[in-house]
Amino acid sequence: MTIEIAQTLLLLLVLTPFVGSLIAISLPSDRSTLAAWLSGTIAFLCLAITTSLYVFVIEGRVLRTDIAWIPQFGLNFTLRMDGFSWLFSALISAIALLVVVYARYYMSAEDPVPRFFSMFLAFMGAMLGLVLSGNLILLSIFWELTSIISFLLIGYWYHNANARDGARMALTVTGTGGLCLFVGLLLVGHVVGSYDLDVVLASGDTIRDHPLYVPILLLVLVGALTKSAQFPFHFWLPQAMAAPTPVSAFLHSATLVKAGVFLLTRFWPVMAGTDAWFWLVGLAGLSTLLLSAYFAIFQQDLKGLLAYSTISHLGLITVLLSLGSPLAAVAAIFHTVNHATFKASLFMAAGIIDHETGTRDMRRLSGLFRYMPITATLAMVASASMAGVPLLNGFLSKEMFFAEAIETHRVNLLDTLTPYVATLASLFAVTYSLRFIYTVFFGPKPHDLPSEPHEPPPWMIAPIGFLVLACLVIGIVPSLTIGPLLHTAVVSVLRDATPVYSLAVWHGWNLPFFMSLFALVAGILLYVVMRPYLATSVEGPPYFRRLQGQRIFERILVTISWKWARMVEMKAGTRRLQPQMRILIFAAIVATATPLLGGRFQPTDFAFRGIDPVFAILWLIGMACAVGAAYQAKFHRLAALVLLGGAGLVTCITFVWLSAPDLAVTQLLVEIVTTVLILLGLRWLPKRFEKGDAAAMSVGVRMRRLRDLVVAVTAGVGLMLISYTVMTRPMPETISSYFLERAYSEGGGTNVVNVILVDFRGFDTFGEIAVLAIVALTVFSLLLRFRPAAESLERPEQQRVQNAFDARHPERETGESVAEYLHIPSVIMRWLFPVIGMFAAFLFFRGHDLPGGGFAAGIALSIGFILQYMSSGTRWVEERLRIHPLRWISVGLLVSTATGLGSWMFGYPFLTTHSRYADLPLIGEMPLASAILFDLGVFSLVTGATVLILIALAHQSVRSPRAHMRSVKLSGKEKS
Amino acid sequence: MELVLSAGIGVFAGSGIWLLFRPRTYQVVVGLALLSYAVNLFIFGMGRLRLNAPPVLEKGVAGGFLTHTDPLPQALVLTAIVIGFAMTALFLVVLLASRGFTGNDHVDGREER
Repeated sequence: MTIEIAQTLLLLLVLTPFVGSLIAISLPSDRSTLAAWLSGTIAFLCLAITTSLYVFVIEGRVLRTDIAWIPQFGLNFTLRMDGFSWLFSALISAIALLVVVYARYYMSAEDPVPRFFSMFLAFMGAMLGLVLSGNLILLSIFWELTSIISFLLIGYWYHNANARDGARMALTVTGTGGLCLFVGLLLVGHVVGSYDLDVVLASGDTIRDHPLYVPILLLVLVGALTKSAQFPFHFWLPQAMAAPTPVSAFLHSATLVKAGVFLLTRFWPVMAGTDAWFWLVGLAGLSTLLLSAYFAIFQQDLKGLLAYSTISHLGLITVLLSLGSPLAAVAAIFHTVNHATFKASLFMAAGIIDHETGTRDMRRLSGLFRYMPITATLAMVASASMAGVPLLNGFLSKEMFFAEAIETHRVNLLDTLTPYVATLASLFAVTYSLRFIYTVFFGPKPHDLPSEPHEPPPWMIAPIGFLVLACLVIGIVPSLTIGPLLHTAVVSVLRDATPVYSLAVWHGWNLPFFMSLFALVAGILLYVVMRPYLATSVEGPPYFRRLQGQRIFERILVTISWKWARMVEMKAGTRRLQPQMRILIFAAIVATATPLLGGRFQPTDFAFRGIDPVFAILWLIGMACAVGAAYQAKFHRLAALVLLGGAGLVTCITFVWLSAPDLAVTQLLVEIVTTVLILLGLRWLPKRFEKGDAAAMSVGVRMRRLRDLVVAVTAGVGLMLISYTVMTRPMPETISSYFLERAYSEGGGTNVVNVILVDFRGFDTFGEIAVLAIVALTVFSLLLRFRPAAESLERPEQQRVQNAFDARHPERETGESVAEYLHIPSVIMRWLFPVIGMFAAFLFFRGHDLPGGGFAAGIALSIGFILQYMSSGTRWVEERLRIHPLRWISVGLLVSTATGLGSWMFGYPFLTTHSRYADLPLIGEMPLASAILFDLGVFSLVTGATVLILIALAHQSVRSPRAHMRSVKLSGKEKS
Repeated sequence: MELVLSAGIGVFAGSGIWLLFRPRTYQVVVGLALLSYAVNLFIFGMGRLRLNAPPVLEKGVAGGFLTHTDPLPQALVLTAIVIGFAMTALFLVVLLASRGFTGNDHVDGREER
């Protein structure tokens, strides 16, 4: 196999599970067998790929695949496989394969099984990505992914409250840890100057001697210890046992919780060996090792016992890593593998017991050996390995641990205590392992079990059998089986520091062996003594029972997210809009004024010379309109609307005056549409009459108004000063000259504004029309649910007067006057429709060269439509004219997207424009840049969006009489 | 010219902000419309004020600041006008919906005590 193929395979190894996950999630929920086959195939494929890549990692070699991601920031999608990550990949894919086989029989048909396998595969992909990342940022991303997917897996039975709580707790704890780790890794990248793992691994001295070493260490440790459920973050793992058992077997024994120790081992060469490392990691590890082993004895739930035992074994690995000696690191890697084999099989056995008997409570289980001898035998071997009985793999790594524990690494209390703690924890391990086996499989026949136990299907036992076989083989002939693989992993981590070690089963009558022997005998004795108590005791260890980690966690969570949050909201928050507006504007003023005053802002002196009197009068009118609108908006809404239109018109004339024809056209058209829009809305607002006696206004109200006035005037004056100062200064060099110079030569149009919109900054415009479409749809859906207020339901006064007139005159039919209203204008407006359509086309086609363009044309056409509604009424129009605004919108979006994508076909980036002129008969020379297609999309979308908004509003008047009738009917019913 | 326009911008903005503080939804909608005029004019003014220099080129001739005004603020304002319209429409509809649901036109959906 060439190196190129190997690199591709490495990429496939990470990507395949994610692809499989996507396929699995799209399967129908009853295709569980298909999903299992899919997952099994993928796990097998991953295992095969991993196996085939072994030759590339032996003797400390490293296989790398680099794909440029954001190379400007030194970020690459780098996958990196060395012996250590090979070992983990093999472990992950092998156990995944076994667990898939097991889960196929474990999961019940009622559960959405494809969803389970989809998340399972995604987790496997994330885990493989985590161990194979060659870049710190990538590693962090996969780290987060494992947290998130494990949240989903723990909460798989989301109808179960325990599962939800457990999932949330796991996510909160590991997520917080992940965040710390991310910051820590960013700091590492900062210190080393690269995020590349190879560079980081080669800069151990730089990191250890840097002043940021302790913060980095703390942050990375929080990440690793939360993930590996080390004290004091251990409490989430027992809660996570609410997950389906295959999840526990895969995540909580072999993979997810190993991510923490994986990280510690990975960074062991660059971070370990200092006092800070020794104390922090050592304290966490030792306390976890001892306490969890003790707690495990008192669990009544099978999976709870296994969870605490897992925590304890992870603690053992952590202690080994804390010591800082290469031999201890070897033992740590070895124990990681051993623990995965026996613990995954024990979880699966616990799942079988649960599955077949319906309970996991050890007080109810007993004497199961007679029903399921094969499962029982396998579980006994695995437990013996967990307890560290000779000739099993657990014994080997435990012996290495004891040997390291008695070794003196540093002269201090912690180091002196280590061998005693180790022996004690090992003693407890014997006790809980024995308890697991003895309680469940021996003793009297069980009574009143939820279901009659029997041996499960053979394929459910097969994975356990395989793992137990591995325990035995590794335990008896270690150097022939695991030896080379372990050596490859050790060399890749320790490199030159690789010590001489021996994997022999028998090392002679030495101290570690006596420690093992003592633990074995004392552990059995302890169980004999405690058996009567444990047979009936409540869940959890005495005394410590009250001090539960998850309780403290819940309490902290409630305090922060509920009590404090509510307090802050009560003290500092408001649901009222006005204070928020005041704060917002005030903050804006302060934020603008502070740097200006600090930078000694000097407004230009006012120069009254050279003012065009017409322009000045125009603006006097404009200002009067604005102030008038502000003054009238409360009681005289129509007047305010007219004045607002006046202000808009002045703006529009200003644009014409100051060389902005495009803006003027668009502003004028928008002005018309806005006015129509607000006119349509006015009807539904409550009537409001001036009370007359303004003197009766309270002092509070007056003060508030005065304060608002001061803020408004301050903002206005400030804006005036700033704009005046900027406008009177010379123009600095900007990118605008670029557009002016190249609009014709590169954009193929002479109207620079339009060329900018559809060509140079086409992507911005694309975003903007998308926003417009979203707004139109929002308006549409809001109005679908809108019910006018009851008091606005009756017909407007004018219509009532006219109907009354009809009623008084016998020769007239009711409604005739209303229909005749504006008769002549309506005919003219009908005639105007084609004219406006033509005008819109004109605006559109000249757009690229002369003022106009898609925006203006779209709004013009929508005015044509809305005029028909105004003149002839909604019903009349809709009987004759089928407008589908939603189609206009979607066609617009599709056309502009397709135009953008079109440039890909010619090998150019998104939205690259091709331009040329064409001579058309009758019309003459016309710009035919591909941008005109894009502009066509803009035109279509703007038309659709505007019409949709206007029609939706106009429709309210059709709906309201019906709603009125209904409400009249309803009230009639209530009375009768 | 600059003085008149900047005074206009100031008055538009002041009136708009005053209306933003008012309790009636319609006032807020009108205020936002006024404020958006002011902001559009402000952005437009950043390209400096020029008479008879629209950014429309002669065919085949590269443009420059000697003969043409700054096209960039105009392009920004053009989309701002359309988006401003969309925003006014959205607020108007939110106003109507809130009026329908709460039965009054106060910005908080309920009258002050």
